[in-house]
Amino acid sequence: MNANFASFLYLVSGVLFIMALRGLSHPTTSRQGNLYGMIGMGIAITTTLALATPSAGRFGLIVLGLAIGGGVGAVTARRIAMTSMPQLVAAFHSLVGLAAVMVAAAAIYAPESFGIGTAGDIHAQALIEMSLGVAIGAITFTGSVIAFLKLDGRMSGKPITIGGRHFINAALGIALIVLIVLLVTSESKLIFWLIVAASLVLGILLIIPIGGADMPVVVSMLNSYSGWAAAALGFTLGNLALIITGALVGSSGAILSYIMCKGMNRSFISVILGGFGGETTAAADDGIERTVKQGSADDAAYLMMNAQKVIIVPGYGMAVAQAQHALREMADKLKANGVDVKYAIHPVAGRMPGHMNVLLAEANVPYDEVFELEDINSEFAQADVAYVIGANDVTNPSARDDKSSPIYGMPILDVDKARTCLFVKRSLGSGYAGIDNTLFYKDGTMMLLGDAKKMTEEIVKAMDH
Amino acid sequence: MDQTLQKALDQLDQASAAVRLAVQNLANAPGGAEAAGDTAHALSGGTIDPFVFRFAIFVLAIFVGYYVVWSVTPALHTPLMAVTNAISSVIVVGALLAVGIAASGIAAGFGFVALMLVSVNIFGGFLVTQRMLAMYKKKDK
Repeated sequence: MNANFASFLYLVSGVLFIMALRGLSHPTTSRQGNLYGMIGMGIAITTTLALATPSAGRFGLIVLGLAIGGGVGAVTARRIAMTSMPQLVAAFHSLVGLAAVMVAAAAIYAPESFGIGTAGDIHAQALIEMSLGVAIGAITFTGSVIAFLKLDGRMSGKPITIGGRHFINAALGIALIVLIVLLVTSESKLIFWLIVAASLVLGILLIIPIGGADMPVVVSMLNSYSGWAAAALGFTLGNLALIITGALVGSSGAILSYIMCKGMNRSFISVILGGFGGETTAAADDGIERTVKQGSADDAAYLMMNAQKVIIVPGYGMAVAQAQHALREMADKLKANGVDVKYAIHPVAGRMPGHMNVLLAEANVPYDEVFELEDINSEFAQADVAYVIGANDVTNPSARDDKSSPIYGMPILDVDKARTCLFVKRSLGSGYAGIDNTLFYKDGTMMLLGDAKKMTEEIVKAMDH
Repeated sequence: MDQTLQKALDQLDQASAAVRLAVQNLANAPGGAEAAGDTAHALSGGTIDPFVFRFAIFVLAIFVGYYVVWSVTPALHTPLMAVTNAISSVIVVGALLAVGIAASGIAAGFGFVALMLVSVNIFGGFLVTQRMLAMYKKKDK
């Protein structure tokens, strides 16, 4: 195939990828968008095969590789539980990172096949692009593996801080730059692998000090990294589809990280430096006796059945307890009784952007009943009941009222403005930030202590009486 | 605005001067034809390194990405991550080249590993996105 025509086809696939993202502006157009994405990928693969014209043996190898990987991918996609989506996405990012490293390695061992010069005489520019791609790819790989382990609960979500880690990271960063310069001047394969090794270590060190609850930022950031790695290799290969896609994914991940940081009122730098956001710790005991009003499932059922408007606020606890289906059943009962039911989602609820929306969609909650913070926050004042299930810090009024609070300034859902706030929680501990939630001690709050799913199921049962 | 316009006009002047010079060269010197060709080539951007064009596409794509991603509804942020993940596996083109034509066995080996890894992403990424998107439903009327 003519190389110019191939470039044109790569451009077409790049445009199809843009349309895939464009489709996500609304649920009704999103499925069409995903289809565009698949077509784009198909065009890119077919074009490359037509351009390279591999021998029959090599072609067999390609089919084998596609079949093995594709089979694993398809089965995983079919079987994975929706609650495990953050882990899955982190795992997928790690694959892109590792693949970027492998492609760069292939390019340095066989530069002729990639049109970047001959062995021993690779263009300096290609070497720079490649080393950037391989460094970012390797960081994405180990970083995503750590994020996966933390999200999957195979590693504690607590931040692991090593003394002098900022110094070690800075030293590694400088070492990387020196190694890249050396690679360009010497084209030594040993130095190439040293770059890989240094980046792998850096990826681990960058992510282990970041706590579980900051994972939405980390996952988005790694998403962005995998894009930049792809773009850097796109420059090496002179491939338009890769350059366009890399830029799209890179900016997409960066925007998501920004939205997540804003949802927590924290700077990106402070999240990346880590050391914040472990898992639940015991509530701070300041010696002041405060009373908490506890309620039963029957009380909750009675309150909600006699309400006109109920707003449900789900959080990560709902995902952990898999309570979304029970929650939908409860909402159905309320709606059948003429109660107006809405869902309010905080931008950082859950462990990845949009995590709660997917779980609610899985439980067949119509998307037009689910609202974002800024669209629904003013409605709490008119609501009779706010049902908080598995969320904590995002409802803490201290973030709004108490200037000394560590989370002061973080946008919160004003559940305390509802006439009654039903708060489902396993115990009276504080949230991930280790901050006591003053909401618990307010007059309008009724604590429902128990597992999110069990409690909701009991309420559903109580509603039948 | 005025300044930009002025700059553009200046550039136009320079360009026409260059063309005039080229035409003169063409008329005067025996090797003039080539010189004219070179000048025209330079004006149309022909001597610019292809990297610059790739970089231009890259920068423009970042801007496209910026606007497109801001228009994605927050409810679909998880599918957005899944689908960006799937499309970043277009890095498969590099893996295909390595497996398909690399003379070195090691390179083909690395390519094969890369090919398997991204295939997981290609199929897994698009299918899981499709599965998620199929769940988003409107209220039954």
